Amino acid sequence: MSVHTLSVLVENKPGVLARVAALFSRRGFNIDSLAVGETEHPGVSRITIVVDVEAGSLEQVTKQLNKLIHVLKIVELEAGSSVQRELLLVKVRADAATRGQVIAAAELFKARSVDVTPDTVTFEVTGNSDKIEAFLEVLEPFGIKELVQSGTVALGRGAKSMASLSRYVSPNN
Amino acid sequence: MSTPVKAPKPGPQAVKAQPARPKAPRPAPPLGAPAAAPVLTGAQAVVRALEELDVEAVFGIPGGAILPAYDPLLDSEQVRHILVRHEQGAGHAAQGYALATGKVGVCMATSGPGATNLVTPLADAHMDSVPIVAITGQVASAAIGTDAFQEADICGITMPITKHSYLVTSVEEIPRVLAEAFYVAASGRPGPVLVDIPKDILSTTGSFVWPPKMDLPGYRPTTQPHGKQIREAAALIAESKRPVLYVGGGVVKSGAHAELLALAELTGAPVITTLMARGAFPDSHPQHLGMPGMHGTVPAVHALQKSDLLVALGARFDDRVTGKLSSFAPDAKVVHVDIDPAEIGKNREADVPIVGDCKAAIAAMIEAYGDPGKERLKVWWETLDDLKARYPLGYTDIDDGLPAPQYVIERLGELAPADTIWTTGVGQHQMWASQFISYEKPGTFLNSGGLGTMGFAVPAAMGAKLGRMDRTVWAIDGDGCFQMTNQELATCSIEGIPIKVAVINNGNLGMVRQWQTLFYEKRYSNTDLSTHHSEASPRVPDFVKLAEALGCVGLRAERDEEVDAIIEQANAINDRPVVVDFTVGPDAMVWPMVPAGVSNDEILYARDVRPNFDDEGQI
Repeated sequence: MSVHTLSVLVENKPGVLARVAALFSRRGFNIDSLAVGETEHPGVSRITIVVDVEAGSLEQVTKQLNKLIHVLKIVELEAGSSVQRELLLVKVRADAATRGQVIAAAELFKARSVDVTPDTVTFEVTGNSDKIEAFLEVLEPFGIKELVQSGTVALGRGAKSMASLSRYVSPNN
Repeated sequence: MSTPVKAPKPGPQAVKAQPARPKAPRPAPPLGAPAAAPVLTGAQAVVRALEELDVEAVFGIPGGAILPAYDPLLDSEQVRHILVRHEQGAGHAAQGYALATGKVGVCMATSGPGATNLVTPLADAHMDSVPIVAITGQVASAAIGTDAFQEADICGITMPITKHSYLVTSVEEIPRVLAEAFYVAASGRPGPVLVDIPKDILSTTGSFVWPPKMDLPGYRPTTQPHGKQIREAAALIAESKRPVLYVGGGVVKSGAHAELLALAELTGAPVITTLMARGAFPDSHPQHLGMPGMHGTVPAVHALQKSDLLVALGARFDDRVTGKLSSFAPDAKVVHVDIDPAEIGKNREADVPIVGDCKAAIAAMIEAYGDPGKERLKVWWETLDDLKARYPLGYTDIDDGLPAPQYVIERLGELAPADTIWTTGVGQHQMWASQFISYEKPGTFLNSGGLGTMGFAVPAAMGAKLGRMDRTVWAIDGDGCFQMTNQELATCSIEGIPIKVAVINNGNLGMVRQWQTLFYEKRYSNTDLSTHHSEASPRVPDFVKLAEALGCVGLRAERDEEVDAIIEQANAINDRPVVVDFTVGPDAMVWPMVPAGVSNDEILYARDVRPNFDDEGQI
């Protein structure tokens, strides 16, 4: 098993996320993370999916996804040739005694404090999953009260884009 | 054709005669300016679009949400609606129609239970790649999501069993959605498409633009095979000493039977036709080895196991064909042609993957084949011919005073008019129908292969007959299957669709009983259907009386010597449906058999009889 990041361009139609998600569960593939959003063209959305599968299964996932009528294009983004980011919001226990240490740790990770109470600090941090994991490890001893993580979003490095979206968009959209 | 018993509607003959009915002349648009699009209700738009798409038959049942669509349907001179007795019948009839005509089959149902009753045929069509379009009514847009009366999320329910589906959101998109639905259903790897239309959209008006502009940017089926791959495949065939052409339903779907025959004769390779491909290659051809798989012939199963090159043509390495996958055809390289890229490498790695339409791919292979002669295949054919001679399909009559089911089916095949179309249910009778009838042409054997849907035979026969009124259509059914969908015989009687049904009545769920005999120590749990007469109970039901109650002729044969006469009698009746109860013994079994989950090398020719592959090690 190995982790792969797929960037999937889809038509922005009702139910498209359900079709993609249902396909994964029906074919028995696990989704590690999922992020969806509009692209520079409102008719097209980009779904970033992180899957943990064997190489043969990855090919089957891609082929099955390609059969969905609303799927326009699929590219696997390799870690080395793409920028991959997650967003983390984490609420950490921090009283007068520990607040200094907590904030110092956060600074090392370029995390921003976005909410403070007498007992807690909430941080916002972005990075790849390794960085997020490391940050959480550092905060762990102070006491994490709750956290939320986004799915990975990713974009290929370099000047080229994955596809020219205009070719997918008809005038009546 | 003679007149149907009751024909309140124009006879089906009229339908057949009118497929090319000229459309009502419309005023030519002034040059340079498009004609103003007519304003229609959603319901009228649906019917008009079906007319534009050359639909001649729709199978369905009206109900609350779809009701508006049924009003303009009453006025359509082109689209004939067949009122079925259960929506499942509508779906299978649409499948039978599609398989018999090569056109898209259409079924229609209301929301909620009407739509959910279509689930089985949609799943069936999805597994067997049958092009059908299902149009369902939905509760009004504003009520969606409120658990309204007869509401079901049919798009959600059918998502994994349709090629695509639509929930219509405006009246203007109806023509585009229907045009796309038909195109998606019929092109590439065919399949079912669902169009769900809320009731309020059927009732509101909007402009009807035809032809609509299709908008399918993500749908581009590959039909033309890659030239380099074709050359590689041709070279592999030319080198192979033990090639097999492993032919699946894709060859029938793409109409590639002529090309297949040419390729087979050019290369001299043996041909194996799967359950979905029966008829794609003539059974009578000396290069044909029969069907592979769990109930395949000994030569076909053995040829696959010992082959050095499988040329899979529109076949998908189904588990019923491969048996235990890891030991399937261990020495074979694989050339895999399929229009669906996802099939290639799914179950078995392909050495030469070819994505494309079978017709184009086979034609290209013929073109690329540098004929090395057939001398290298001599040893291979000696082995296969020897197996053909020693292990032909056959059966032993069980001394129970009743005809053997295999004998009945064999006689049905022998006595049937030329070009008869056969449909079957699922189980023993289906396997025997595949084994003991000789299929010479594609599209003559229609059955439920992938999903294995009991009850397929009668409604599929109805659809096939409506599409091909010039052909005899025999449904070979089991007593279990028949009791699932026989109500469509009422439809056939009233609509003038004279199908013939052979109920191979062994009084049991025969295939399940066979497994209980072989693997459950003859503990017959819940397989006796009581359709045989005994001292303890009468036949329940009596299929002859049931047939008569449904407006059909009911016949029965219980002894060998009656079989031919009864078949002849049934063949002579063309003005109404016929049902024949062939009362046969319960103990006949389907052979050969590869037990589930083991290697195909473990094939049994008959109970406890393992073929003697005395050639082993020689080739």
